Amino acid sequence: MDINKNSYTFGFATVMVVLVATLLSTAAISLKPLQDKNIESEKKQNILSTLGIEVSREDAAAAFEKNIVNTYVLNNIGEEVEGDAFMVDLGVELKKSADQQLLPVFESKQNGEKIYIIPMRGKGLWGPIWGFVALNDDMSTISGAVFDHKSETPGLGAEISLGWFQEPFIGKTIFEGTELVSIKVVKGGAKEDDMHAVDGISGGTITADGVTDMLAERFGKYLPFFKKKMSETIELSNVSTLVDSTMAFNLNTIQ
Amino acid sequence: MSNKKEALFSKKNRKLITDPLNDNNPVTTQVLGICSALAITVQLKPAIVMAISVLVVMAVANVVVSIMRNLIPSRIRIIVQLVVIAALVILVDQVLKAFVYDVSKELSVFVGLIITNCIIMGRLEAFALGNGVWKSFLDGLGNAFGYGWILIVVAFFRELLGAGTLYGYPVIEKLGLYEIGYENNGMMILPPMALVTVGIIIWIQRMKNRDLIES
Repeated sequence: MDINKNSYTFGFATVMVVLVATLLSTAAISLKPLQDKNIESEKKQNILSTLGIEVSREDAAAAFEKNIVNTYVLNNIGEEVEGDAFMVDLGVELKKSADQQLLPVFESKQNGEKIYIIPMRGKGLWGPIWGFVALNDDMSTISGAVFDHKSETPGLGAEISLGWFQEPFIGKTIFEGTELVSIKVVKGGAKEDDMHAVDGISGGTITADGVTDMLAERFGKYLPFFKKKMSETIELSNVSTLVDSTMAFNLNTIQ
Repeated sequence: MSNKKEALFSKKNRKLITDPLNDNNPVTTQVLGICSALAITVQLKPAIVMAISVLVVMAVANVVVSIMRNLIPSRIRIIVQLVVIAALVILVDQVLKAFVYDVSKELSVFVGLIITNCIIMGRLEAFALGNGVWKSFLDGLGNAFGYGWILIVVAFFRELLGAGTLYGYPVIEKLGLYEIGYENNGMMILPPMALVTVGIIIWIQRMKNRDLIES
């Protein structure tokens, strides 16, 4: 048989393409449920690790149930709307216009204090980057941050997924008074007393800038929600000072 | 089938493995696969992962193409080779994502880099298309080793001098060199230093083996 005939070449190409396509799509479809489960568990692991809880992938689902007390979805003016916070795909949401976007929030309670976990998504150098940032109930102090990426360069931009990059976020504040300033990743290192900046990555500046932009953009979207929560806390603290002073007054009169 | 059966590890076959390690190294002699050598040698760990992945893909792709070598129409052989490599890589990636998710995360960016690695296509084109299955398999292994050891050596120096760690372990800090004023060389982390390091390896190799020097 002449394998250089046109008809043979066409035939060979057709058979090959069909075979390879069948093989790959069968593999992709049959493995999809397992892959999705891995991704879901990893998301739970990531959310938990902003709370300082490290669990194995198998235990992630149970620990998530236990530690995340409430989840809800907000619209752009900070009102709760219908939806499953865990299933919201930020990759899809970010493509919508600002007033159409769904903003998921995960709530946890650690040592009696409420913690709000905000999911993040932005652009790195080569592909998407994402993460979760946990805020204390003052809506400003960061109590944990986790970042991850699809295809940043190992050793450079990919360092955002490592502890040394994430840990300095803890204790930083995203508000200066009542103004949202977010957190900046600073090339060459942040000043030690700067409450709104962390150290950058040598050779990974574009990814680090991506983190800065992502934080500013996402926190900005949640601003109405933060304001609402902050005014609630102020009201609460006013009530408690009132209670304190009344008690003090009562104590004084008793004495 | 040839009448004289060649021993599995005859001298000729052994040469298929040992040649690419030195005299006919795909990176330092043929200067192939430089782009990936540059991209993933910032740290030792990804370099090792990449070396292993290329080893698997190169050996299997060589075998597959060698099996089909008498059926492939020569006009579309390059496309066929690409399809074989790409299909293999994607298949491996899918399986890893489902069963060993952590490894697949390590591999993330390399998957694309494996497909575009010119060493693999070079070997399919230059060797597997014209040789038997066993020889092609050995040739794939040999070239992957030759590529891998360069990668690992470059990564070793870049991670040690650039970040002061080895496989993530803070060697320099443990040795206490920072206290006596040692500082990491940040330039080692940047891509050009991968080329300089490969250049130094080529220099040393040609110093030892004068035959490689072009007249």
